[in-house]
Amino acid sequence: MNLEVGFFSLVSIVAISSALMMITRRNPIVGVLFLIVNFFCLSILYLFLHAQFIAIVQILVYAGAIMVLFLFVIMLLNLGDDENLAEKRSYRRILAYVLTAVVLFQIMIGIAMPVGLNPFISTARAAEIGTVEYIGRSLYTEYLFPFEITSLLLLAAIVGVIVLAKKKFQ
Amino acid sequence: MNAPIDAIPLSYYLGVSAILFAIGVAGVLTRRNAIVVFMCIELMLNSVNLTLVGFSAFLGSTNGQILVFFVMAVAAAETAIGLAIIIAVFRNKQTINIDEINMMKW
Repeated sequence: MNLEVGFFSLVSIVAISSALMMITRRNPIVGVLFLIVNFFCLSILYLFLHAQFIAIVQILVYAGAIMVLFLFVIMLLNLGDDENLAEKRSYRRILAYVLTAVVLFQIMIGIAMPVGLNPFISTARAAEIGTVEYIGRSLYTEYLFPFEITSLLLLAAIVGVIVLAKKKFQ
Repeated sequence: MNAPIDAIPLSYYLGVSAILFAIGVAGVLTRRNAIVVFMCIELMLNSVNLTLVGFSAFLGSTNGQILVFFVMAVAAAETAIGLAIIIAVFRNKQTINIDEINMMKW
């Protein structure tokens, strides 16, 4: 096993174990913190793939903004440990794990099947497409219309959040 | 030392992504706290993002990374709206247990 695969395995194991910790801890704040660890690991994996722009946006948007929003809401609701949210019916939990195993099995079959594409490109090309310059050029020419629609979507989200979280309609 | 993209095949990334997605599915199906369910949905979105970035890098096309950018924008909007709904529900019912929030169930 060479150095790159070893480092990749380390990051992947941290990502998977932090995701497992996230879904098993009772306290939602601990879950948020483990999810942030998971997002940092994913960001390192993006760097492995030469996607520098996506890696930094991942940290800024997910770990920086979205997770802070989660922490704010948990603080606002003031729930504490969710002992009272504990699962009581165990048959449903078993069914959930069976379903999860089926989903994982299906995806693994999809990965194992030969798809007939031969993804081999040069390292220089892979490093080039992840840069801000390259993504920005594509975003502002080919994908200009979806990009503008995204701003409309965010505007709608802002208005919607204010309307939903407001105390009462006048 | 090689560049990492030469040393690690695409299927490794797809495997990690599949495992993370399955963990997200398990979380959505087993947890009863609406906020944790929401966090699991974020986890699933991220695992799909990893797949997209992996294919984008290995196919030499930037389209996958553009799509990840849009997924992040939609995820940000979705999180804000969803958490606002959770706050509104909590204000009315004093709980975020998804077993007790069944007012829109037939």
